[in-house]
Amino acid sequence: MKALMQDSDNNSLPQPSYTLGPLQSGPPCCDPRPLIRVTDLSLHYGAKAELENVSLDIYQGCITALIGPSGCGKTSFLSALNRLTDMLPGCRISGRIRFNDTDVRNPHLDVRLLRRDIGMIFQKPVPFPLSVRRNIELPLREHGMRRQAEIDAVVKQVLQDVGLWEEVKERLDSPAQALSGGQQQRLCIARALALKPKVLLMDEPCSALDPIASGVVEDLIVRLQERYTIVIVTHNLAQARRIANYAGFFWVRERAGRLIEFGRCQQIFQSPAHSLTASYVNGDRG
Amino acid sequence: MAKNFLATAMIWLVALLISSVFLYLLSDMLIHGMARLSLAYLVDAPLDAGRSGGIAPIIVATAIIVLIAITAAAPLGLATAVLLTEFTRQKSGFGRFVEHSLDVLASVPSIIFGLFGNAFFCLYLGLGFSLLSGGLTLACMALPILIRTAVEGLRSAPDDYRLAAAALGMTRSAALLHLLLPAAAPALAAGLMLGIGRAGAETAALIFTSGYVDRMPASWFDSGRALSVHIYDLAMNVPGGDASAHAAALVLILLLFAINSLAMGLTRHWQRGRIHSI
Amino acid sequence: MTLSRHNILSLSHTDEILAALLRLCALLSAAIVILILLFLSSESWPVLQHVPLTRFLSDASWHPTQGLYNIAPMLSATLLSTLGAILLATPLGIASALFSHYYAPPALATWHRRIIALLAGIPSVVYGFWGLTTLAPLVGRLHPPGVSLLTGILVLTLMILPTVALTVDAALAGVPNVYLRGAVALGMSRWTMISGVVLPAARSGITSGIMLTTGRALGETMAILMVAGNVVQHPHSLFDSVRTLTANIALEMAYAMGDHRAALFATGLALLAMVLLLVSIAEFFRRDLVHG
Repeated sequence: MKALMQDSDNNSLPQPSYTLGPLQSGPPCCDPRPLIRVTDLSLHYGAKAELENVSLDIYQGCITALIGPSGCGKTSFLSALNRLTDMLPGCRISGRIRFNDTDVRNPHLDVRLLRRDIGMIFQKPVPFPLSVRRNIELPLREHGMRRQAEIDAVVKQVLQDVGLWEEVKERLDSPAQALSGGQQQRLCIARALALKPKVLLMDEPCSALDPIASGVVEDLIVRLQERYTIVIVTHNLAQARRIANYAGFFWVRERAGRLIEFGRCQQIFQSPAHSLTASYVNGDRG
Repeated sequence: MAKNFLATAMIWLVALLISSVFLYLLSDMLIHGMARLSLAYLVDAPLDAGRSGGIAPIIVATAIIVLIAITAAAPLGLATAVLLTEFTRQKSGFGRFVEHSLDVLASVPSIIFGLFGNAFFCLYLGLGFSLLSGGLTLACMALPILIRTAVEGLRSAPDDYRLAAAALGMTRSAALLHLLLPAAAPALAAGLMLGIGRAGAETAALIFTSGYVDRMPASWFDSGRALSVHIYDLAMNVPGGDASAHAAALVLILLLFAINSLAMGLTRHWQRGRIHSI
Repeated sequence: MTLSRHNILSLSHTDEILAALLRLCALLSAAIVILILLFLSSESWPVLQHVPLTRFLSDASWHPTQGLYNIAPMLSATLLSTLGAILLATPLGIASALFSHYYAPPALATWHRRIIALLAGIPSVVYGFWGLTTLAPLVGRLHPPGVSLLTGILVLTLMILPTVALTVDAALAGVPNVYLRGAVALGMSRWTMISGVVLPAARSGITSGIMLTTGRALGETMAILMVAGNVVQHPHSLFDSVRTLTANIALEMAYAMGDHRAALFATGLALLAMVLLLVSIAEFFRRDLVHG
């Protein structure tokens, strides 16, 4: 565990580094309420079916892992939750997605506000070609924050939350793209956190990073638990087993991605109901 | 093998031929042009139908025409390019229609632009022979180049930026303003230089739109003579005007070389990738 | 933390306004070509409505002020000069591109490419002027007068050479490396590799480039105007003075009125039609390239 506490530059993370905000209101994870309810979601790219009839609930304050081999539509599923599918050409969606009693697919919904509440972290870190400070400042200004003092306070806060503050406080105005991979991904997480989201969607956030950086980011994700609701797509079964509360297993059946099984993490990994799930988590398939 | 050797020899010969013709042309302009080139040449007015004196009003007229052309074409071109890359779907009918008509526009010969400019700007819009007519005609000619380079520049900006900006709830306009346009800036600048270069070299389109008058223009409604037109006039209509024409040609070549080299340099800088700190 | 209550427009709204504005601009850009066709047609209409097209080829001569509209000599001048220039420029341009890609050491190749790029940037009026002062006297010594079809072809060749070289260069760059490695592995000599593998592979790109360049040569005005002599006659030898359609427009527009002016616009329309035809053929070849 000690090894995970060092980032790729072998600096120890600040101790204690918990400057994360107060717990989101709501029951603790062992008696959770569903924050996002997905019913019969189907997704098509042109004529090709990517996802068919996926139904699951995302529980507040929990980490939900979506596992399964490549090409099962897990990333598309995530993109549907924050309407990022609007930007993908030829994408058609059917089914219902309810976030906090709001219909996500309502065409009159203010998508900008939705995406403030549901943040997304991509597989490959995408720091903007701007300074570290500007990376976080830009979305804040976009969403209406004006006073520089307020902005600077948020910038410092979120960088501390992700454990980057000590590493970048001297170079807030230097290019973000000069940071290491792990630092860039943590910056992206900080950037998303600045908007005070309720949900964080993470699409294989560690897969593009080296093992040490990957460990640091994973550590951060665990700390974010209970304060944020997290949906994480991962290929790393060991990682899912380590950090998730709930797990959903996807597989391609009849040429479309489907949700085979969904349930509490222990149940999926130790006593899966479906034989396909059992084969996958035991490494026999996929 | 003999054929291989022959081929190699011929190809080297051709390369040598091309380079020597280029150098010959350049040195010809240089030698004959330098004789008449001086500071006075650049600031004096032409005398004796251009055989003596300088080219000051002509440089001013050229500058105004190019300025008008770029001022008209750049915003329109940028707007069109942004629409084509950011706001239309790949297979959109409207997008393809615009791209097709721009492709056609790019291949229209310059004399046709001259005819069009004369009929539309000079007559229909009533602008007469003026720098404005000439500039607007050149704007139409430069537009396809500006749009092509702007589209290339914007398309080279990684899609990741667009998705990440959207995921953060930013509007497309904000993403454009803060991320995409700055990323495409060197390509846009290079395109601008290419457009300026094309406008400056143009002759046929200007002959019957901005006219022949070689006095210093008082406003953009005045007729004026561009540098290329001046060279043409001296060479064809003014006996004994060769010496002055050489000097004018030298000035034109040097200006265009400078602009094109700037464009090439900007393109190299853009293609080498960039890390900004804004 | 409360975000200051600023007028947050929804994503669609600001972007919708911007999109509408941009669409207007794009429409304007696309409209230019249509305007050109429109105005050219309307300006040529006065003469086209009472002079049948056959007269443009069968009248006694080109004397518009007397109602004679035979453009055949000028048409043949245009076609011959373009043909001659393409015949000369194509092998030279291909050789130049091959030189840059396969024969020159890297430093020399960059240098050569730079020279080609600079040649492409020289304005046509300067080529014409140099042709007039240098080439024409040379040709004149062979056979007077110096200004002739031959000089026109030579200057036109020089003008389109960089374009051919650049497009062939681009086409060669598109030849997959595997072809070359395969040829080398078979022990082919450099020329055999080029003639047998590379050139056929780049054929579509080269053809498309040549079509486009032909279009450019057809439309060229200034250079050929200055060196070809401007006599309206069918060329019976390379040393005859000729006038191309483009040169004709440039020379006579200054004083043409009424039907004469309309006739010039009509020849402009004919020229445009020829160029557009070539461009569509070139496009056809280029699309062929994309699909394999």
